[in-house]
Amino acid sequence: MSVDSKRTLRGSAAVLGVGETQYFKRGRSPHDEFKLALQAILAACADAGIDADDIDGFASFSDDRSDPSRLAAALGCRELRFANMQWGGGGGGVAGAVGNAAAAIHGGMAQCVVVLRALAQGQHGRFGLGQSDVIATAHDSHTVPYGLISPAQRYAMKYRRFMHEHGVGQSALRAIAMASYAHAQANPRAVMSGRPLDEAAYEASRWIVEPWHLYDCCQENDGAAALILVAAERAKEASHRPCYLLAAAAGSPYRAGAPAHNAFDYASANFKTVASRLYEMARLGPRDVDVLQSYENFTGGVLMSIVEHGFCDVDQINAFFRLDNLLAPHGKLPLNTSGGNLAECYMHGLGLILEAVRQIRGTSTAQVSDVNVSMVTGGPMVTPVSSLIFGSEATL
Amino acid sequence: MIGTYLRAGLPSPQPTALDAPFWEGLRQGRLLLQRCRACERFQWAPEWICHRCLSFDLGYAEVEARGMIYSHERVWHPVHPALADNGPYVVVLVELLQADGARIVGNLLGDPMQPLVIGAHIEGVFEHHTEHEPPFSLLQWRMADKAGGSQVRLA
Repeated sequence: MSVDSKRTLRGSAAVLGVGETQYFKRGRSPHDEFKLALQAILAACADAGIDADDIDGFASFSDDRSDPSRLAAALGCRELRFANMQWGGGGGGVAGAVGNAAAAIHGGMAQCVVVLRALAQGQHGRFGLGQSDVIATAHDSHTVPYGLISPAQRYAMKYRRFMHEHGVGQSALRAIAMASYAHAQANPRAVMSGRPLDEAAYEASRWIVEPWHLYDCCQENDGAAALILVAAERAKEASHRPCYLLAAAAGSPYRAGAPAHNAFDYASANFKTVASRLYEMARLGPRDVDVLQSYENFTGGVLMSIVEHGFCDVDQINAFFRLDNLLAPHGKLPLNTSGGNLAECYMHGLGLILEAVRQIRGTSTAQVSDVNVSMVTGGPMVTPVSSLIFGSEATL
Repeated sequence: MIGTYLRAGLPSPQPTALDAPFWEGLRQGRLLLQRCRACERFQWAPEWICHRCLSFDLGYAEVEARGMIYSHERVWHPVHPALADNGPYVVVLVELLQADGARIVGNLLGDPMQPLVIGAHIEGVFEHHTEHEPPFSLLQWRMADKAGGSQVRLA
């Protein structure tokens, strides 16, 4: 289905500022979750060179607990014009939230919108742990009593089917994990900085659930991240190289949400329809992308995301997913250059979006040379999923 | 049956208005799935409307508990306290043979280290949790030969 070129977000909004707190291991934040959100927003304001009271909108995802009205009150925002939540769990909505913020700006509903995510799992309970309730009801009752409980278990089932359909081996997953850890070693923000990962350590790591080793699974962390989105005309107000939104798309294919593992196209990250709309809006294709941040809940989700966004044919997977292809600065597809969710911080993917902005600015700790097109794929295998593409001024 | 595949203490199924006939069927040793009375096709998990013909006239009908392994996983890391000392276990996603492509989740009985093969034929075993209050039943699976006979005799 064609996107109406007159109704597009392409080039309509720009990222003026990015910011994050110190990133902590899960449960280690000394700060309240809401305080973390405030800290990240102020860091993004400082980066953008704006005052916090200029903010007039908030967008988030994954049922973030930092309520926009409380944020606006705490920050003394003169007026709240836009308060938006992208439905869906995990990081599926991370790029969608940026798209929603851009749509609000493009549509004249708001002028300066924060996209944020804050997590303090010591305070609020752990995301990746199974439920400890006495009963399982509704859709959970068809999986939980059989010991199929956690996200790792839910998505291992999908990826095992994908491996079967396409003849994929374990080495592809190892390369994805090692790329994140390699890039994290240069990044002082990364929780896994100083903790390199080699092939032997990956292979020796325990199974969580086959086919996921320990290092195929994201961390769980405390912290917060925020970015500030404004109209494209204001992109040069800050001192950084401007970063424009070229496209954002969210959604999922036919009956992706059919419960209890009955999705129509089961062995999928759910990006097939999203990816085509994304490229159409950006008026670009996968060959134009200079660097990719791809959400690692589990490494197999990254692999499926990359395939479904057209970076690799399904019959070339084992050859494509080699570590040297995924490393900055010279790999075919430099991947997760901050260390990503596996090794920088699992801020439900918002850290990946900040890193994509840094790649456009030229300020990554694993910088790829001459970046004009910088892409993010959000949390895979959930529904809805979302992706976005940023571009430099040259791409407009 | 004596004993259960997984240690006791996992959350037990709480039937809803949508799926109560399914759980009652398992208690009686029958696999009942939601079926549209208008277009006469199965859908799973149950919903208030038929996704094919948008009829609200839905009922339940029995299908044979026979299927093929559509996907599988061997779980090592316990995420629930009840499974702390359980050891590895196998979860299978079963494509039922007679239910318009409906899939159902269960455990594959037997050695957790047995080879797991997508496409292998399996057959249902009703696991009755009679000690639990209230009692409930799960549908588990074991390997079957392609002709339809069981490889394993009932204990």
